Amino acid sequence: MPDLLLELRSEEIPARMQRKAAGDLKKLVTDALVEAGLTYEGAREYWTPRRLTLDVRGVDASSKNVNEERKGPRTDAPEKAIQGFLRGAGLSSIEEAETRSDPKKGDFYVAVIRKPGRPAEQIIAEVMPGIIRNFPWPKSMRWGPASREPGSMRWVRPLQSILCTFGPETEEPVVVDFEVSGIRSGNTTVGHRFHAPESFMVRRFDDYVDKLEKAHVILDAERRKEMIRTDAENRAFALGLEVVPDEGLLEEVSGLVEWPVVLMGSFDEAFLAIPPEVIQLTIKVNQKCFVTRPVGSEPQARKAERPSPGQGAPAEPSAQQTGVSENNRLSNHFVLISNIEASDGGEEIARGNGKVVRARLSDALYFWKTDQADLPDLKSLEPSAEKFGLDLTKPLDQRMAKLDAQGVTFHAKLGTQGERVQRIAALAEAIAGEIAAQVTGNGVATSEDAFAAGELRSTVRRAAVLSKADLPTEAVGEFPELQGLMGRYYAKLQGEHPSVQAAIEEHYKPLGPGDQVPRDPVAICVALADKLDMLVGFWAIDEKPTGSKDPYALRRAALGVIRILVDNRLVLKFGNFDVSSDLLAFFHDRLMVQLRDSGARHDLVDAVLSGSGEQSNDDLLDITRRVEALGQFLGAEDGQNLLAGYRRAANILAAEEKKGTTIAASVDADWIAAKGEHEEKVLAGAIDRAEIEVAEALETRDYGQAMAGLSKLRAPVDSFFDKVLVNAEDETVRANRLALLARIRAACEKVADFSKISG
Amino acid sequence: MPDMTPHMDPRRSFQALILTLHRYWADYGCVVLQPYDMEVGAGTFHPATTLRALGPKAWNAAYVQPSRRPKDGRYGENPNRLQHYYQYQVILKPNPSNLQELYLGSLKAIGIDPLLHDIRFVEDDWESPTLGAWGLGWECWCDGMEVSQFTYFQQVCGIECAPVSGELTYGLERLAMYVQNVDNVYDLNFNGREGDEKVTYGDVFLQAEQEYSRYNFEMADTEILHRHFDEAERQCAAILTAGTPAKAGNDNAPGTAASLHKCVLPAYDQCIKASHAFNLLDARGVTSVTERQSYILRVRNLARQCGEAFLMTDAGGANAKTGEAAA
Repeated sequence: MPDLLLELRSEEIPARMQRKAAGDLKKLVTDALVEAGLTYEGAREYWTPRRLTLDVRGVDASSKNVNEERKGPRTDAPEKAIQGFLRGAGLSSIEEAETRSDPKKGDFYVAVIRKPGRPAEQIIAEVMPGIIRNFPWPKSMRWGPASREPGSMRWVRPLQSILCTFGPETEEPVVVDFEVSGIRSGNTTVGHRFHAPESFMVRRFDDYVDKLEKAHVILDAERRKEMIRTDAENRAFALGLEVVPDEGLLEEVSGLVEWPVVLMGSFDEAFLAIPPEVIQLTIKVNQKCFVTRPVGSEPQARKAERPSPGQGAPAEPSAQQTGVSENNRLSNHFVLISNIEASDGGEEIARGNGKVVRARLSDALYFWKTDQADLPDLKSLEPSAEKFGLDLTKPLDQRMAKLDAQGVTFHAKLGTQGERVQRIAALAEAIAGEIAAQVTGNGVATSEDAFAAGELRSTVRRAAVLSKADLPTEAVGEFPELQGLMGRYYAKLQGEHPSVQAAIEEHYKPLGPGDQVPRDPVAICVALADKLDMLVGFWAIDEKPTGSKDPYALRRAALGVIRILVDNRLVLKFGNFDVSSDLLAFFHDRLMVQLRDSGARHDLVDAVLSGSGEQSNDDLLDITRRVEALGQFLGAEDGQNLLAGYRRAANILAAEEKKGTTIAASVDADWIAAKGEHEEKVLAGAIDRAEIEVAEALETRDYGQAMAGLSKLRAPVDSFFDKVLVNAEDETVRANRLALLARIRAACEKVADFSKISG
Repeated sequence: MPDMTPHMDPRRSFQALILTLHRYWADYGCVVLQPYDMEVGAGTFHPATTLRALGPKAWNAAYVQPSRRPKDGRYGENPNRLQHYYQYQVILKPNPSNLQELYLGSLKAIGIDPLLHDIRFVEDDWESPTLGAWGLGWECWCDGMEVSQFTYFQQVCGIECAPVSGELTYGLERLAMYVQNVDNVYDLNFNGREGDEKVTYGDVFLQAEQEYSRYNFEMADTEILHRHFDEAERQCAAILTAGTPAKAGNDNAPGTAASLHKCVLPAYDQCIKASHAFNLLDARGVTSVTERQSYILRVRNLARQCGEAFLMTDAGGANAKTGEAAA
């Protein structure tokens, strides 16, 4: 069966768009083939900076003949109707129609319209111009003389040529002939821009790939990536170094070259005084080069396991994770990927790149030093310093004063950054007051140097006040993604408490579902305050997320609050922090998503949320614990059976309540003791005990214990339903038994709304 | 390069680099213009680019434009940053289909061999908020250094470009530092001579960098600048109004003199003035974020009005009959 080869050659396509564009091309073309009645065996897409290529194998040579039937009138229909039928079906006489019989309708005409299959080339030539013209680029442009006319073709960059051949392996393929905005398809392409600019002829995919490679073009991006990875590792290893891995950068550079050649460059070791993150970003963002480090100096990954309930998590600032640790150091060699086999072996290229990297690092070093020096005109910062209790002899304090003095807007309706920091500081202190006992006393996050009473509060205040102080620094101005981390570096340099350093970096965390949650008590307080201030603020001005729009990342903030509380096993009553009922509902939504993502059942979350009063629902940790306990309970046999018993009781009660049957307000214990059946007596006794046990367990929020208490009802409930007839003849007996069922229902619903549980 | 005296080698002197580019683009058929005689932030501001990019008429031009970026001043102490530097600007309208090859040819002309140096086209979409202009294109890299900006203009003065122009902007100092292999801009050989006869970039510009840095950051009178901005804005609008063609009637049908706008270029000068006053205010750090945004919008508004008026002029194609435009 024939194969189709398509290449769209363009001026340099942005690296970030290539992979998706090639995928889109495959989908659009194969969909169009299938739509036109052509099948194919397989298709694969390729891309380089200058071409999108599609290789479709085993395409039908032509589409199949299709017979379409059109039902006509009865054979005895009036002549007029028959003429109309002939016209509509495109027949010249009634002899061309077939006659069919139907037992009910009798004989009638059917026109069989034969649609002959069409050659695949013809179909491809028809669909291709539309696909190319309407290609879904994220950004596109017009160009050349054609752009005089409105509606001229748009493409990501000027499209240069189209190669399109079609044919079986055994025969000479043909050019699928079509034209798009003056570009006529053909069977030629060109090689590497500098090594092989001449055009050459191509038959099918196999010789296309070979000829391209001879012309210094590696078509397959995955192969380019592997070449870069391997060569880079080897070249670094030869110097006793390893490449700091960066998959995103690898993907990008593989989209910037057709013929990757790995070279090593270097810079003055003096620049290693700059934090490694700054060096890496400078070299990566501006130069698209990889940094290296001495073999074995990889920063240790921080342990991220969840603490088990009630147990302590280490409160040590997570220095290992960042360059603040001495362990994380880079080398002064970097890896660059060039696009040519240079005539001098790449010496000039490496020299030139080294020069640019040095210039960039000089800038970075300048930023790093400037941020540690005094600001001019400190006098003008005094009012701000006073407001925040800042010490203007310290550089980071000066920056916070500057942030406030500049009056930079945070949000038009939510005031300046300075005002926001004031709110965060107040909120963080209040949170510290609420959770102090939990983080220092009973050991949620104890450390050896646990905070003395009051000390936590003052440390939290200091951390909150400095949390945004790095925003006006030069380093963050250059690399906004380093906010927090730079603050931590500068805080360390001016000798801040280790927890203050940690909080400045970590109060932005967690930044996503995979990101770590702060563990340090100070960082926890500031992180919660930062997020709650956002949420409460944006709720107050009615800028809530809608649909896919969440410009302020408020969903992430809410999820962050949830994870900080739950992972650290902290209780924080939202009622004390201006959380409106609407915002609380938003938290519940997020919690629902979070619990579901971590494997909890949706219905259990529902059951817990609707099973308890408002007042306990603003405690997210409590909700999580109840969901966990309920999940464990229902996972065991006792739980499943009790659920069945609950349902039976609830169904009977619902039916009787509907009928208006009398249900005793309370169980007549005396009657049961005197006249009740054995199972009835046992159940009544079990309920008495279970109610007490559940109540006590709920009092101490021990939901496992509450479930255990409930599970003791299982056997008595089963026997009761087995042996005792609820619908007794005697109305008093019945009312009393129904009351017994009502108590079962009530006892269960103390823990969760069992009616919401499915399955 | 045959018959070239050493001082005319683009790899040895700053001025020879410029002259080589002039020669290259003159050979292509560009009109080689001189710098516009006003303070501008980039070569794009020259009316030969901003205004000529509008309308249907073909236009090929090349010129050097001194560019002033008050904020980038470093008192002559930074080896790479200047508040006054040169851009070499080429505009080809409509862009020829081999514009990338033409550009690479110009690099060869100044001594950059693409089989020795790694030349790359890296995505960089250009936008000028003050001019209401944007385009798609690349930064052109030579061994990791950005040496040019390559843009296909899509919109200028808020008006769709029809046809699209190709714009090349060479950073002359950077290119010269590269081909001369010096690390400090002030060490560039300006005239290509050696010994006593040698004049460096520093000899020509160091004092100016120091003085202008002082002026830009410390002395520029913000009150005067605010006033200049307001005045230029008013002037621009007044000139445009005065030059507006009379109301449509029988005697000013399209293509007749009466239907043309009579005063666009002087109005556009006022737009340039307002823009530079804003750049100076920005360098003085006296504009808040919102104020800054409002200044940008005001300049853009002037640029848009100038662009719309330009389309009502001869050069803007208002006189062009169908068919003539393609000539």
